[in-house]
Amino acid sequence: MNNFWIILSHTYMSKVKTKSFVVTTILTLAIVIGLSNMTNIIGFFNKNSSEKIAVIDETSELLSPLQEQLKLTDSELILENYEAGAKEAEKAVEEGEYSGLLILDVDEANLPVATYKSMSISDVESYTVLQSGLQQVKTQMAANQINLTQEQLAALYEPVSVERVALEENAKTEEELSQARGLVYVLLFVIYFAVIMYANMIAMEVATEKSSRVMEILISSVSPIKQMFAKILGIGLLSLTQLILLLGVGYFSIKQNLDSMEGGFFSVFGFGAVSVSTIVYAVIFFILGYFLYATLAAFLGSLVSRIEDVQQMITPMTLLVVAGFMLAMFGLGNPDAPFVAVTSYIPFFTPMLMFMRVGMLTLPAWEPILGIAILLVSIILLAIFGARVYKGGVLMYGKTSSFKDIKKALQMTKSEK
Amino acid sequence: MVLKLEDVSKRFGSFTAVDNLSIAIPEKEMFGFLGANGAGKTTTFRMILGLLDATEGNVTWNGQPITYETSPVIGYLPEERGLYPKLKVKDQLVYLARLRGMKKEEALEELKKWLDRFKVPEYLDKRVEELSKGNQQKIQFIAAVLHKPKLLILDEPFSGLDPVNVEQLKEAVLEIKENGTTIVFSSHRMEHVEEMCEHLCIMHRGRPVVHGSLKEIKRAFGKKNLIIHADFDLSAFENYPGVTKMKRTPEGVHLQIEGEHVAEKILKDIVGKGFVRRFVLEEPSLNDIFIEKVGASYE
Repeated sequence: MNNFWIILSHTYMSKVKTKSFVVTTILTLAIVIGLSNMTNIIGFFNKNSSEKIAVIDETSELLSPLQEQLKLTDSELILENYEAGAKEAEKAVEEGEYSGLLILDVDEANLPVATYKSMSISDVESYTVLQSGLQQVKTQMAANQINLTQEQLAALYEPVSVERVALEENAKTEEELSQARGLVYVLLFVIYFAVIMYANMIAMEVATEKSSRVMEILISSVSPIKQMFAKILGIGLLSLTQLILLLGVGYFSIKQNLDSMEGGFFSVFGFGAVSVSTIVYAVIFFILGYFLYATLAAFLGSLVSRIEDVQQMITPMTLLVVAGFMLAMFGLGNPDAPFVAVTSYIPFFTPMLMFMRVGMLTLPAWEPILGIAILLVSIILLAIFGARVYKGGVLMYGKTSSFKDIKKALQMTKSEK
Repeated sequence: MVLKLEDVSKRFGSFTAVDNLSIAIPEKEMFGFLGANGAGKTTTFRMILGLLDATEGNVTWNGQPITYETSPVIGYLPEERGLYPKLKVKDQLVYLARLRGMKKEEALEELKKWLDRFKVPEYLDKRVEELSKGNQQKIQFIAAVLHKPKLLILDEPFSGLDPVNVEQLKEAVLEIKENGTTIVFSSHRMEHVEEMCEHLCIMHRGRPVVHGSLKEIKRAFGKKNLIIHADFDLSAFENYPGVTKMKRTPEGVHLQIEGEHVAEKILKDIVGKGFVRRFVLEEPSLNDIFIEKVGASYE
C-alpha cells in the first residue's frame, strides 16, 4: 500500500507543479470570473460612452415627449436640441461631437416620422432605442387623436396571460426550469471538458512512461495494477483540485453578481436556483464519469508504443464523450424526451445525461440511484478488464497499435497452466 | 541465497520463447547470459522479475517465489533504456528508489555518492533529456543499483557506451559484486562475459545450448586454437587430420584443432620445413564457442 501512495503523490505533485497545469487553471478561473462579471464589464464600458444625439425637431413638439419616454426606459442616450440647421448638424456628427443626428417631423396624418443619420448604420442599439421610444410617442398621439382614454389604451396593450402548470407533484415550474438550466448547462460543460482533458492526460501519461521505457522499471517495482490505479487516483485528485477551485471561485463570483444576472439572457439560462443537490450530483457524476473514462483511457494508453498513436487510439473514447455531451445539450431543451431517459442509463452517457435529468427534472430517487449503480458496476468491470489488458499491454512493443492488440495483451497475462 | 530456475518454459500462444530452462545461480556470483536477439534472454529476465508468469516451472530466490514483496532487494536495468525525459535526475531517481522501499533522504545521499563516483555531480538538477545518451545510461545504471539490491539484473549493460565509460561501469559492477550482490547480466560482447563471469549460459531459440562455469565450458569444448606464423606455405594444414578450421592471415594461419595432441603432431611436422616465427596454442575464446554453438556471429 505504501508504494501506492508514493505513486499517487508523485503523480499528483509532479502534475500540479507543471506550468501547463498552473496556466490552464489560472486561465479558466479568469474566464469564470470574467463571465460572471459580464454585466458589470459591459456596463463599465458603456458608462464611458453614453451617447449624445443631435435632434432637429421640425415640429418642436416631439422632442420633449420622446425625452420623457427614453427616461422611462433608463436609456443612456442624451438628446440635444440642435438649432443651427441640418448641414451644421451633419458636420458635427462627422467631427464626432455627436454620435448621430435625428430629424423629427410629422406626416399628413399628424403622426411622427423620423430620419436617423449616423456615420454608419451598424449602430443598432441606439437606433432600436430611438425607434421604440418614438413608437410609444406615436401610439399616444394616435390614441389622443381618436380620444382614447389612458385606461382604454392600457387595456388594449395588456398581454394575454398563459400560465403553464405541471400536473406532476413537485414538478419544476417553467420559471424554476429556466433558473436551473444555466447551472446545469455550465456544469455539463465542466464535466465534458474535465472528462476529455483528464482522460487524455492519463492516456498520455501512460504512453509517455511506456514509450520512454521507464515503465519496465516501474512495473518491476510495483504491480502494474497498483500502478494504474494509483495513477488514475492521482490525476483524479488533480482534477478535483481544479474543480473545487473552479466551483468555489465561480460560486462566489456568481453570488456577488447575482443581482445583475437577471432578465435577458439569464431569464432562460438562470442561476437563480443554485440548488445544493444539483451541485452534489454534479460532483458525484463528475467523479464517476472521470473514473469510467480514466480507466478506459489508461488501458487504451497502455496499448500504444509511441506517443503519436495515443490520439488515434483514444478517438473512439472521445467520440463517446462527445456523443453523450450532444445528447445532453439536446436534452437541456427537452429533458422529458423518452430517448434521453433511455440513453441516460447507458453507462458511457450516464454521467452527463443522468446529471442533466436530475438537474432539470424532479426525478424519483431510484432513477439517479439506478444510474449510479449501473455506472459503478461498469466501472468495476472495466477496471478488472482494463487492469488485465494494462498488465500485458505495458510490456508489448510493436509497430501497430490497434484494438487487435487487446487480445494479444490479454494473452500475455495469461499463464496457461 | 540462490536464484533458481527449474524447468522454466514460457509460451506465447504457439510460440515458445523459453524452453525448459534450468539454472542455479549461487550467491555473490556473476552470471552471464549470452544469446542472439530473440533467444529468450529478456523473457527469462522478465520471468525472474515476475513481470511475466512462467508457463511451466518455477523461479525461486532463496527458496521463495519472487513477488512484489521482494522487489526492494532486486535491481533491474532493462535493455531498452528509459527514464522520464522531463523529470530532474534527482526527482526521478529518488522516486524510483522510494518505490523500492528506500527512504527519501537516504536515496538522495546515495545518489550524490554515485554521481560523484561517475564524476558528474552537476547532473543532480538536470533533466534527463538534457543529458547525452551515454550519460543517460549512467543515470539508468544508478537507478538500478541505488537501493543496494541483493540481486541485480543487467540487460545489456554496456551497449552503446564508449570504452572509457565501459571501464567505469565494469569497475562499478565488480565492486557491487564484491559487496555481496548476485548479478545476472546479458551481453552480446563475448569479451565482457569472458572477463567478468564465472558462470554463463548461452541461449539459442529459447534453449540453453551451453551452460556451466567458464572453465568447464572451455574444457568441454575441447577444441583449441593454434596460431602459426612461418615463412613457408602452411596451406597444406587445411586437410591435416584433427584440424577443423583454418583461416589464412598475412603472416600465417589460425587453426582450430581438436586438442593438444594435434598441436604436438603439427609441431613435429613443421620442424625443419623452415623458419617458424610463432607457434602458439590458445584456449578457445568464448566467441569461438558461441559461433560454433549458435552458428551465427554478432560482432
